[in-house]
Amino acid sequence: MTEKSSKRYRVLVGKPGLDGHDRGAKFIARALRDDGFEVVYTGIRRTPEEIAAAAVQEDVSAIGLSSLSGGHVRLFPAVVEALKKFHAEDIPVIGGGVIPDEDVVALKKAGIIEIFRPGTPLKKILAAFHQACESYHHKAFR
Amino acid sequence: MGEVAHLINGLRKHDPRAIGRAISIVEDSGESAEILLSSLDESLIEQTLVLGITGPPGAGKSTLTSRIISHLRKQGIRLGVIAIDPSSPISGGAILGDRIRMMRHALDQDVVVRSMAARGRLGGLCSAAGGVVRVMANGGCSTIIIETVGVGQSEMDIVRLADITAMVLAPGLGDDIQAMKAGLLEVADLLVVNKADRPGAEMLAMDMEAMIRNRKSSHETPVCRTVATEGTGVSDLVAAIGSIDQQHRASGEHQYRRKKSFQLEVIDRALEIIRPELFSTLKNLDGKHELDPGRTARRLVKMLLLK
Amino acid sequence: MSKHSSFAKWQENELRKSISRFPERKNFTNHGGDEIPRLAVPAEIDDAYLENLGFPGQYPFTRGVQPTMYRGRLWTMRQYAGFSTAAESNRRYRYLLDQGNTGLSIAFDLPTQIGYDSDDPMSRGEVGKVGVAIDSLADIEVLFDRIPLERVSTSMTINSPAIVLLAMYVVAAEKQGVSAEQLKGTIQNDILKEYVARGTYIFPPQPSLRLITNTFQWCSRNMPVFNTISISGYHIREAGSTAVQEVAFTLANGITYVQAAIDAGLELDVFARRLAFFFNCSSDFLEEIAKFRAARRLWARIMKERFGTGKPASQMMRFHTQTAGNTLAAQQIDNNIVRVTVQALAAVLGGTQSLHTNSKDEALSLPTEESVRTALRTQQIIAHESGVANTVDPLAGSYYIEQLTDRIEQQASELIKKIEDAGGVVACIEEGFIQRQIENSAYEFQLEIERGERVIVGVNQFQVEEKSRTPVLRVDPAVEQEQVKRLAQLRKNRDNISVGHALENLERAARSDENLMEPVLDCVRKYATIGETCNVLRQVFGVYKERK
Repeated sequence: MTEKSSKRYRVLVGKPGLDGHDRGAKFIARALRDDGFEVVYTGIRRTPEEIAAAAVQEDVSAIGLSSLSGGHVRLFPAVVEALKKFHAEDIPVIGGGVIPDEDVVALKKAGIIEIFRPGTPLKKILAAFHQACESYHHKAFR
Repeated sequence: MGEVAHLINGLRKHDPRAIGRAISIVEDSGESAEILLSSLDESLIEQTLVLGITGPPGAGKSTLTSRIISHLRKQGIRLGVIAIDPSSPISGGAILGDRIRMMRHALDQDVVVRSMAARGRLGGLCSAAGGVVRVMANGGCSTIIIETVGVGQSEMDIVRLADITAMVLAPGLGDDIQAMKAGLLEVADLLVVNKADRPGAEMLAMDMEAMIRNRKSSHETPVCRTVATEGTGVSDLVAAIGSIDQQHRASGEHQYRRKKSFQLEVIDRALEIIRPELFSTLKNLDGKHELDPGRTARRLVKMLLLK
Repeated sequence: MSKHSSFAKWQENELRKSISRFPERKNFTNHGGDEIPRLAVPAEIDDAYLENLGFPGQYPFTRGVQPTMYRGRLWTMRQYAGFSTAAESNRRYRYLLDQGNTGLSIAFDLPTQIGYDSDDPMSRGEVGKVGVAIDSLADIEVLFDRIPLERVSTSMTINSPAIVLLAMYVVAAEKQGVSAEQLKGTIQNDILKEYVARGTYIFPPQPSLRLITNTFQWCSRNMPVFNTISISGYHIREAGSTAVQEVAFTLANGITYVQAAIDAGLELDVFARRLAFFFNCSSDFLEEIAKFRAARRLWARIMKERFGTGKPASQMMRFHTQTAGNTLAAQQIDNNIVRVTVQALAAVLGGTQSLHTNSKDEALSLPTEESVRTALRTQQIIAHESGVANTVDPLAGSYYIEQLTDRIEQQASELIKKIEDAGGVVACIEEGFIQRQIENSAYEFQLEIERGERVIVGVNQFQVEEKSRTPVLRVDPAVEQEQVKRLAQLRKNRDNISVGHALENLERAARSDENLMEPVLDCVRKYATIGETCNVLRQVFGVYKERK
């Protein structure tokens, strides 16, 4: 490695709920890795509480959630709720999946900072993760 | 420094957030890491058992680790797990997937899991993980398991950190096992033949036992048989680990290993510090070409020491 | 025998027999009144033709599994549907049957597919979402209320707990006065692809294979016209595999099931005829057509050469097709109708036995009734207006199609061999080989889109600003509470002592090597829930954990 050791961001990618379609989640995990992130991947069929607990232990700077089953309505906000129990609601949460327009507003209100739907360019998603990590660190380590 | 004091306090209270943060700081090294590490309680670090679990891919390490965790948890032991994955040599990023197999302990606050990327540090992996061990010990973990794929040098380095190393093998892995046999006996305090219910397992175990008998050594290397998917043999394995630990502590082997590992960590750190210096000094040497890199290296070090 | 007479012989035997049993739908003529030939063949029929193509309904089935194909009977138009409660889904099924759907295809919600009751903590947020929530026989009775099970053929997308849902279907039919042997349809029952692509596994591979062979065995005695498995490439492709990988992994899974059944002592020619397949149809029109033809030929050869059966019914691959969900874009939603049309046409030209066409809005949510109708109309237009159903395998003999068919067959069979050399499908799943192959293909494909090397209309080229919101179907969040309430009622009202006995008996049977269908039927009759039943099996079999 070169001498310039820039900050390595750690993020978590996981699928809350029972949906097993992990093509999107795996793609994002891999794309994040190839963009220099360290990605804690928790796999499919996790509860929101498990994801939050893992995020805290792993001290990640952002969480990416994916659901294609329609479970996002309850499960994404449940992750934010679970983070609150660990006093870790400052960890930014980003969501993606098959999500209709009218849910986007509700999810953002529940504390999900960004929602990405099929067809979103990868660049945009990576930028959102970078931004989330940067603003998290800005707040956490003044 | 206010933040470090805050974190040390959090470690004492077993606060997961504080433990997570402290590990990140240590992992990124730097000044905060040094302040933090030097503020830790040494006696907690001393009491901790650091268990290395290694072996070829497919041997069932993660499943076995998960079983060992369950077993220790039943005894009320709070523990830490460090799982190491390789970093991408191109981007420097990594996918840390070991949690997938350990999620059954995800909600147990007394199992502190931390995934680490090897980060391509030459030897430095050991020093980063060493810091994580110290933080976990101060976060109340009395046993810390380091799980790594036992192939390649950087992973073997990890083994130096462990008080006791268990090498997990399984029948049917063929070449991987052959390749490992060479370095096997130097590092393993304990051999585990996992998937012991499969054909070829008993043969493998007997093969290992024969190899150990041929070795001239003061102490025995036990061979344990497990079926991790069913939990068979796990309590015997944990008992064997416990008794080796007792022996090592009584004989002074434990203390000797800790000391040696500390020294190696210091050397690793020192090399990390010197590395950039070496590069810049080497630039000054440019122009005076030598054919022999060995001689050039000696000149380089001499110049650096003179500085 | 002269080569020309082979055609004559086929006409006299296979064709005549087929037509006498299933007369063609009509006389097929074009607008000018010219007769449309049933089957175009080359002027010279040589050995290579007979070996690689042959005639439809004849080994190696490259040109189709029936001599007259769609001239005799159109493919089954089978729209996958189900959501919310059993009552709500029942309403949708009866609507679809009214609209000309000729078979039912049941979508279960994820808790049902993974053997959790609706009140299980793991089910939170998922009840009734991607399919109908089923907890017990009581729900299945509502689901099929006023649907004549002796007439309709029902396909059920259920895998890990397939044996439980099959038992429920049998008992529900029984209560309608329909015997098991009259029942037509399919259970997916394909666990292997769940480990690599779809994720609704419960138990480890070995006990899962036992459940599958148990259903094979029971059905071969009691449900002679029911398809006991639908070996599915669909989800493998959705997960990002290539066309060749889809064929190879699906057929490798097929080999594994056949071998497991043989090892369990089942008679090959009894169960093999009840195997069905399920493929994806993506947008590469010509490649997809060739894929179906190659898959059919490769399977026939495997059954003949490897398993040694000479029975055409055991050699022929019958399959269902669904258009590719992953190709649907959330942008310019109407474009999806066109995508689906192209894909559906390829499936028909590839000789599918049944077809599901996706609805345009499925990139956003479950489809609305209106968009489902358009999807069904797409099939009907292909069937009745396009003319492609009027002649059998019309693209045969195209240099390109035949070359592509050969190439796909060859590459797929090489990949199958690789899997076998590595210890077979189960070993490759445990080692992660198949998962990695799919992941790599998916990653590369997506990067090509990201780099703009692959054009997706409306997504990375020809974009427009869109403001209007597409109306979508939403599952009322209250469905979960309703279903949980229903379940609580059931638990209160049923005979809990006999439920306990039935479950104990299942546990005992699971620990022995007895066929589990009868003990499961008994649990179902007593209104044991799917969660209770699967928990017994979890205890005995253990659970499968995802690979890293």
